[in-house]
Amino acid sequence: MSLLLAAAETGQSASPDMWASVLHGLSILRNIAVIICLASGLFFVLAGTFGVLRLPDFFTRLHAAGMTDTLGAELIMLGLIIQDGFTLLSLKLLLVSFFLLMTSPTATHAVANAAYQAGLKPLIGRYKAPSPTDIKEEA
Amino acid sequence: MDDFMSYINLGTAFFLLVSMAMMLGRLLLGPTLYDRLLAVNSFGTKTVLFLCVFCFVIGRPDGVDIALLYALMNFIATIAVLKFFRYRALDVSLAESHISKANAESEGA
Repeated sequence: MSLLLAAAETGQSASPDMWASVLHGLSILRNIAVIICLASGLFFVLAGTFGVLRLPDFFTRLHAAGMTDTLGAELIMLGLIIQDGFTLLSLKLLLVSFFLLMTSPTATHAVANAAYQAGLKPLIGRYKAPSPTDIKEEA
Repeated sequence: MDDFMSYINLGTAFFLLVSMAMMLGRLLLGPTLYDRLLAVNSFGTKTVLFLCVFCFVIGRPDGVDIALLYALMNFIATIAVLKFFRYRALDVSLAESHISKANAESEGA
């Protein structure tokens, strides 16, 4: 980048070497964007998985899975699209992410509605996690 | 630099696999039917993501088509299983089932 600026100041035309260094700088920027997208997407996906495993009630688990899956999936797809550039593969990835964006909240809503209609009551009130002594008393 | 990015992709694929394995835990533990259904749905979404990332890892773009198909199949399978466990049959149209349910409620009242 600095080479290009120096060339502009001195009025010289940029040589192929300078353009190559500019392209290299841009590819580093692109890789940083990809890493940020993939890492934050993975964070959301893993957080949702931990929520589904650890939360006490069906509706809280649904909340964890439904929201984080949508955002995490979109972020990972965005990372892959940035990584590939303007190609046919990017168009297909965009299509996949569009379908995920449409179907994932719809499926979450359908599962929640079906569970509520079937009479599954949400856990209401302050939840106290079971301590080891409680489990001993039950046994 | 390309080597480095392929390691990033490989790590993403690995952690997606870890996440899928943990989701299988909820599928086996889940106290109710809906917990298991939620786990299957989430597992399917993660499968789509894993297929897309794995295409980049092995450098062949064919798997994205399969991922597209899997995203649609996953949604339809979830809806079909939900409908089956609500009406105990798959050949009932949703409009008819609503009418018969309304009739049953008015007869009961």
